[in-house]
Amino acid sequence: MAALGVFAFGGRCGQSPVCSCQGNSVERKIYIPLNKTAPCVRLLNATHQIGCQSSISGDTGVIHVVEKEEDLNWVLADGPHPPYMILLDGNLFNRRVMLQLKGTSRVSGLAVAIAKPSPPQGFSPGLKCPNDGFGVYSKDYGPQFAHCNNTVWNPLGSGLSYEDFDFPIFLLEDANETQVIKQCYQDHNVPRDGSGPEYPLCAMQLFSHMHAVTSTVTCMRRSSLQSTFSINPEVIDLLSQYSIPLSACAFLTPPVHALQIDSHSFFWNIAPGAESAVSSFVTHLAAAEALHKASDVHLLQRNIMFTFFQGETFDYIGSSRMVYDMEKDKFPLRLDNIHSFVEMNQVALRNASVLWMHTDPVSRLNKSVEVQVRILLDILSNSSVGANVTLQEAGYSQPLPPSSFQRFLRARHIPGVVLTDHRTAFQNRYYQSMYDTPENIQMQYPEGLSPEETLEYVTDTAKSLAEVATVVARALYRLAGGANNTSAIQADPKTVSRMLYGFLIKMNNSWFQSIIKPDIKGILGDVPQHYVAVSSPVNTTYLVQYVLANLTGTVVNLTKEECLNPEKTPSSEKELYEYAWVQGSLEPNSTARVPYCVRSTVRLSKALSPAFELRQWGSTEYSTWTESRWKEIRARIFLVASKELEIITLVVGIAILIFSLLTTYFINAKADVLFSIPRDPGAVAY
Amino acid sequence: MTLAVFFGCTFIAFGPALGLFVFTIARDPLRIIILIAGAFFWLVSLLLSSLIWFIAVKASDPRDEPLQKGLLIFGVMFSVLLQEAFRFLYYKLLRKAIEGLVALSEDGCSPISIQQMAYVAGVGFGLMSGAFSMINLLADTLGPGTVGIHGDSQLYFLTSAFMTMVLIFLHTFWGILFFHGCEHRRWWEITAVVVMHLAVSGSTFCNPLYVGSLVPSYLLMATAAAWAYLLSGGSAQNLWRFLLCLRSGPSPQPGS
Repeated sequence: MAALGVFAFGGRCGQSPVCSCQGNSVERKIYIPLNKTAPCVRLLNATHQIGCQSSISGDTGVIHVVEKEEDLNWVLADGPHPPYMILLDGNLFNRRVMLQLKGTSRVSGLAVAIAKPSPPQGFSPGLKCPNDGFGVYSKDYGPQFAHCNNTVWNPLGSGLSYEDFDFPIFLLEDANETQVIKQCYQDHNVPRDGSGPEYPLCAMQLFSHMHAVTSTVTCMRRSSLQSTFSINPEVIDLLSQYSIPLSACAFLTPPVHALQIDSHSFFWNIAPGAESAVSSFVTHLAAAEALHKASDVHLLQRNIMFTFFQGETFDYIGSSRMVYDMEKDKFPLRLDNIHSFVEMNQVALRNASVLWMHTDPVSRLNKSVEVQVRILLDILSNSSVGANVTLQEAGYSQPLPPSSFQRFLRARHIPGVVLTDHRTAFQNRYYQSMYDTPENIQMQYPEGLSPEETLEYVTDTAKSLAEVATVVARALYRLAGGANNTSAIQADPKTVSRMLYGFLIKMNNSWFQSIIKPDIKGILGDVPQHYVAVSSPVNTTYLVQYVLANLTGTVVNLTKEECLNPEKTPSSEKELYEYAWVQGSLEPNSTARVPYCVRSTVRLSKALSPAFELRQWGSTEYSTWTESRWKEIRARIFLVASKELEIITLVVGIAILIFSLLTTYFINAKADVLFSIPRDPGAVAY
Repeated sequence: MTLAVFFGCTFIAFGPALGLFVFTIARDPLRIIILIAGAFFWLVSLLLSSLIWFIAVKASDPRDEPLQKGLLIFGVMFSVLLQEAFRFLYYKLLRKAIEGLVALSEDGCSPISIQQMAYVAGVGFGLMSGAFSMINLLADTLGPGTVGIHGDSQLYFLTSAFMTMVLIFLHTFWGILFFHGCEHRRWWEITAVVVMHLAVSGSTFCNPLYVGSLVPSYLLMATAAAWAYLLSGGSAQNLWRFLLCLRSGPSPQPGS
């Protein structure tokens, strides 16, 4: 027995820095898998497909590292071994470079190394005019404001996320893996002495084959055909989630307070969304907590409904669904019953502590709406007295920024205000990108803190968001008819800080662990991100639901059995309240937890676009975004040999085969010549 | 490394064995049975030896590299000894089979001699050994990459294929030598086979210094080939006559 591959395995594995122990030993000698990557996947809407696609058996190319623009010439023209797989520096990941790469056949794929620190000039792969065409402004309503004629909200937007690429694009999240690739490139692919590099060359293979094509219409048609005949698995998934409406009590004319909780970046499941989503929903949660603590909140004339919409990034999935449900009487509340609407968008980057109030100038032309909007604005301005927040009106010349409120306005002229930290263009220079991280909202922690200390540390960002939450909570109190002094209503910066830490830095912290149900504790532990995704509910939805329940609910003295089956308890009022049995915090010096029952009015409401309910795949009225399905997504690097070596191997093999066949034939034919008959008796002849 | 390398390596490793099978074994069903049974015996010996090695590895510390290397060497040597033991067992079985075949035949002669059985058993052992050495490598040759990113030699697949070819030949010749030694009670022939087997397996630990493993193996194969040829009734004269006949074309001879 020969120890061919086995010995080499014993000696080699420990030497490589990214040795991963999967696959047999020969595979480990050939490939280095890249584990910390995020792919760009295909998304479809009614008319287009966006995103990236690889061939069914992956795309392979010789690696070329592009760190400055001149390096592109090698890929586009000079290099002798196309197609190339480009390792692109994050600072060069812009529209100009990408369109150059899109137009050539010499590129078989792209791996982007995330730029650290974030590009100083800003980076946004979203559109310049987000959710254009699905908001309230159109040629029939405020045409001077439609299609960002008046204000371009996201001037840094390159629209890269909405382009269609026919090669795979991956994001390399781990700097160590990027270094391994660059080292392989340095060892094998760099041209020496002016001539091209020699084989073997370092190459990369990316697998991200997407099953869906063309548009949602085509895809749903194919899926329904296939599932009718049970031929193939489905090719497409609808983007859907649960939105969370919370009502303080019964449903009488509540003011609605709403915002979005999802985000997106170019890459799948990478959506930190610090400024675009997290800052606003954290402030929202803090305002809910502050209001809940007010003593007479149960005696208010009107009820306040706090809503968190999912899927707003993709043409307002959540809010359009809620409006649809309200119109069709499937929601406990009707549109007529909404007194006013306050929305918060992107509030973390206030300039000189100014918070802007945006209103819709077109609906304000109506006298009665104007009066109510005026009252709303005055209440808000009065609530900011004494706080370090200056509220200013954006004015009649400005339309509403992209916001969930626009969907409500489409249905009814409700008086409403959208609060943001920007007057015209976004302050957020990394809108809907992978760089919209805690650093973008200036969250800084001192060095050397343990995770528990970091959880409790109150950052300046948290204090500033807490002030905004205080103002909003006081305004909501007044709007709901509260007459007392509002100085007692204060948002707690500690809570804000803990939420920011949990939603942006580390989900698996002691506070989150104590407020969730025991059977879903698996949702804590990944790097936080807020992409809407297809399997619902996502981690973000669950967490927001439980945080809200914790902040606005009450602890009730029920046992686990009673809590899990509230209909058996006579006074539980199951129709009004939700009961949750949560883990509780750890007992001191022990690994056991003290669970308890929380009663709250938090509910989930399905946020599937009405287009899918109505089966109008080509709808221009509602969002039709879908995500393609795929089988496997992975990336790996290896060496490729020259074609000459391969052909030589084949020729040698064929030669040996033919030679051995001929030789054996002749030896067999002449066996009597070669082998003499032995003389001893009893032996047998051949 | 794609299809070219896959077929190239397959032909290099199994081409000669295919020739042997097609021209000398395939026509006779009895020989096919002996071939497959021989392959099975080799398989069982590998199973047992790998069980021992596996237990030893699991019982030891995986991070201790010299210990793991030592265990591997021990595993290989133990496997060689176990294979030869199973070759002996197979010899015993075939001996019994010949008695049965003689009893069943019409003219009191066995349709197949022990020397032929030795040869076929050797090919059986060799084929199964080659398959286990080579199949998982061949599967990896179909991918786009070649060995080398961690610094190993690019010629890994080629040298593995050549090693497999020489091993198949060696097993064939060892079969002939071993059975001859058992038949005529020449223990030194059996010992020589075992020593040669240990030497070839041990030489593979020189890899990736392929010169250290391939060259001695081919030399040993030449030696074993010559020895087996002589034991099977060949001689230098016969060889000379064969080559001369070939050069001057096939002369009319009584059929074999």
